[in-house]
Amino acid sequence: MTAVSVPSAMRLDQRQDKRLLLLVLAAIATLLYLAFAGQWTLPHDEEYPLFATLNGVKAWVDENRESIILVGVIREGVGGLVGAFENAIGLLGWPGVLATTAALAVVFGGWRLALGTVLGMASIGLLGLWTEGMQTLAQMLAAVVIALAVGIPLGIVAGRSQRFLAFVTPVLDVMQIMPTFAYLAPLTLLFSIGISSATIATLIYAIPPAIRITALGIRTVPDASVEAARSLGSTRFQVLTKVQLPLARRTIGIGVNQTIMMALSMVVITAVIGAPGLGASVLRALQQVNVGQAFQAGLAIVILAIVLDRLTDQAGQWMDPRFRRADATKSRRRLLYLGALGAVVVAAIGARSLEDPATFPDTLKLSLVVPVNDLAKWITTNFGEGTAAIKDAVSVGVLNPLEGVLTDAPWWLVVGAVLAIGWAISGRRAAVISSVCLILVVLLGLWEHGMQTLASVLIATGLTLALGGILGVLSARNDTFRTILRPFLDAAQTLPAFVYLIPAVALFSPSRFTAIMAALVYAIPPVIRLVDAGIRAVPVTVMEAATAAGTTSFQLLWKVQLPLSRRALLVAANQGIVMVLAMVVVGALVGAGALGYDVIVGFSQGEDFGKGLAAGTALVLLGIMLDRITQGAGGRPSTGGARAG
Amino acid sequence: MHRTLAARLIAGVALISLTLAACSSGGGASVAPSTGGGSSPAASAGSGEKGTVNIAINPWVGAEANVAVAKVLLEQLGYTVKATSLAEEIAWPGFETGEIDVILENWGHPDLEKTYITDKKVAQDAGPNGVTGIIGWYVPEWLAIKYPDITDSNNLNKYAELFKTSESGDLGQFLASDPTFVTNDEALIKNLGLNYKAVYSGSEAATITAFQTATEQEKPLIGYFYDPQWLHSKIKLVQVKLPEYTAGCDADPKAVACDYPLYTLNKIVATSFVENGGDAYTLVKNFKWTNADQNLVADYITNEGMTADEAGAKWVADNEAVWSAWMPAS
Repeated sequence: MTAVSVPSAMRLDQRQDKRLLLLVLAAIATLLYLAFAGQWTLPHDEEYPLFATLNGVKAWVDENRESIILVGVIREGVGGLVGAFENAIGLLGWPGVLATTAALAVVFGGWRLALGTVLGMASIGLLGLWTEGMQTLAQMLAAVVIALAVGIPLGIVAGRSQRFLAFVTPVLDVMQIMPTFAYLAPLTLLFSIGISSATIATLIYAIPPAIRITALGIRTVPDASVEAARSLGSTRFQVLTKVQLPLARRTIGIGVNQTIMMALSMVVITAVIGAPGLGASVLRALQQVNVGQAFQAGLAIVILAIVLDRLTDQAGQWMDPRFRRADATKSRRRLLYLGALGAVVVAAIGARSLEDPATFPDTLKLSLVVPVNDLAKWITTNFGEGTAAIKDAVSVGVLNPLEGVLTDAPWWLVVGAVLAIGWAISGRRAAVISSVCLILVVLLGLWEHGMQTLASVLIATGLTLALGGILGVLSARNDTFRTILRPFLDAAQTLPAFVYLIPAVALFSPSRFTAIMAALVYAIPPVIRLVDAGIRAVPVTVMEAATAAGTTSFQLLWKVQLPLSRRALLVAANQGIVMVLAMVVVGALVGAGALGYDVIVGFSQGEDFGKGLAAGTALVLLGIMLDRITQGAGGRPSTGGARAG
Repeated sequence: MHRTLAARLIAGVALISLTLAACSSGGGASVAPSTGGGSSPAASAGSGEKGTVNIAINPWVGAEANVAVAKVLLEQLGYTVKATSLAEEIAWPGFETGEIDVILENWGHPDLEKTYITDKKVAQDAGPNGVTGIIGWYVPEWLAIKYPDITDSNNLNKYAELFKTSESGDLGQFLASDPTFVTNDEALIKNLGLNYKAVYSGSEAATITAFQTATEQEKPLIGYFYDPQWLHSKIKLVQVKLPEYTAGCDADPKAVACDYPLYTLNKIVATSFVENGGDAYTLVKNFKWTNADQNLVADYITNEGMTADEAGAKWVADNEAVWSAWMPAS
């Protein structure tokens, strides 16, 4: 008995000690701040020598691009694959594409799925965006095929080797957090303007989830199953193919799904370097400040995302024999496949008889441009006053003071504070990594801008967690609310941020707060979903016991549901931060300034390329810092997040 | 006996590659493969077709209007036009790789001109496109009516309070714009001793939206804007008078205390296009219209709901007198 209670008593003591120590540290930090505020600050210096040095990176790429042989091979290979998909889609024509979608949906999921996906694809045509939609589809398919061909094998290796995982994790962090704008220009020098570069930019962003989630899937296969297979004399290869892969199928399916979503989120950015398709339509609408037109093109992207999402989701289940429909006999199944194939062939041949099968008929047309523009106008004229007041209150009340503290404090004090906070939440290792990241930001010469960005990111994350937490709780406790919320969450995650930036500017004018709002929209869906899932996962028996003991509804939430879903809430916090960070550059397009703006300037003005690259790197460092500080709390490996288009 | 996942994956990949191989060798495809790589011959005179001209559409509507009209005329001459939407910084290197033949509107990029025209000699100036670029400080018309002397930079300090926002602290906010553009605003504010802070909108769309809102809701706003721009046909903006521009007054970017110069916008073409472009090059070289022409086409695209192709065709149909002078003598 005593043997059990002693360690737990000690743990309690240690925790109290730690808390006391933190209080003391906080007091010291406050005193140091009061004593040294305004000293040892690092004001922004446009002439910081490192920026000019980094300019050399682009020049080096320019000079050496012909001598890097592999580059040519990749460029031609990637371009060829996209071209092949474009040809295939062109050959099928619109009847063939619709038939293929229907055939795949019937085989994987059934008639209802087929109906939904065909309606979805047809609506892209009805919106008058068929050609653009198919260009985007071809690019997405090529990017996803390559991402999976590279990502799944690497994920398998990372799943089986701790050392490889440790090596590859920081690389994946950089690939996911480094803003695309920071390396877009040299990328086009290497891989040429247009589709090849666009696809490679997409790959850089879409491969990490494929690797991470595959590795996670392999790792979460129960040890017992692997042991059992080994003890029966299976080779390593047999363990992989007969045990680990089949059991990790569902998780790998999520990886495929996430890869597609990540790839779709790059559609608008790649349009900047000449990738044709829906992204280009969004950008063109943006130049004309035509919200309705941007929305329409954005909606087509959302529809593509949903169609691909549902198809791959069902395909994953179809590949898993455990989920096969039991009623279908082998011969009936074969008949279904043949029928589906036949329908595609017939539609494709039928398409040949059309004058122009690649162009969707425009006899029936659906336009949302006018109603959406009217709605946007109505919102901005009626809510403008109130929203401006909110913006001013948050900016003056919270944002300015926080920004002031972070930029006025001596840089070493901020580093020290991060060290202490990291240690308190996630332990020694995370604390050291985080503070090193911050010191590197100092060395990059972007301290002031880094701290300004950090202030906005922290506030955006705070708002996201507060609002996402409330909505998540409501959604967990009320099924109707959840059903109403779901399509909004889907749209918020896949609609390119560029679509709602204009109304946001009209409401809040170009400002840091506008950027915070845009980040909120993008980052809130996963937070709501994770909180909802966490609360719903609290065992019914626990709830019943609590209710039987006479707890009120509020007590139930506060004392039982929230504490028991602590881990899910921490994951939600971590995801929220990563997603908010992903919006820093987009936020700079509506007035956020600081690091995000440096990145955009670096892209648009050749002389500032070095500063942009440094700012991109600083963002990566801030991202790793925040990720490491928060992830330890949940005791889980980082899975990274998503970024907007 | 169920097949293993690995076998299925292999089978699937094999199937996809076979299908793709079959499709890409099928010929008669309606969509051309768009591999841009290497040095594709610029407008190489083919047998029946006259070849392809690669034009960059830079990211503003005026640039789109230029390309829309040039495209119609080049197609009349029997060329295929491949127009690609691109940022300027991405388009210029295309002169070297052969991916871009023509930029129809260049807003003075000394660094790019030095690299690609002077040093590498892969691009050339093809003369003015006829459009004059005006850059300056603007306020919504209602503000200029209400405070008539606000349109002189000497009086701006008096009004700084009016322009205070959450972003500018105790100073007046000056809305600076998209980082792509030529700007001296921070230096101007400092050197003219103004109580203002430059706040960067970050994008053209954000600036336009801000001016639109400022006009509709009568909110004070002062900021960087320019002409030609389609917004001028929708709302009225009034330019603020800055100390007059004299040659060389902007030589030192940090010491600038004068207005922006007028920009004679010019066309830039690839050297290979000058050599092999034939009639297409002659047309591009002769292409020269006016701010009013460009604004009209931009207005078709932005406010009349036309596609760029429709807008270009309409202008060409209505303005033969202008463009007939551009066509090569046949």
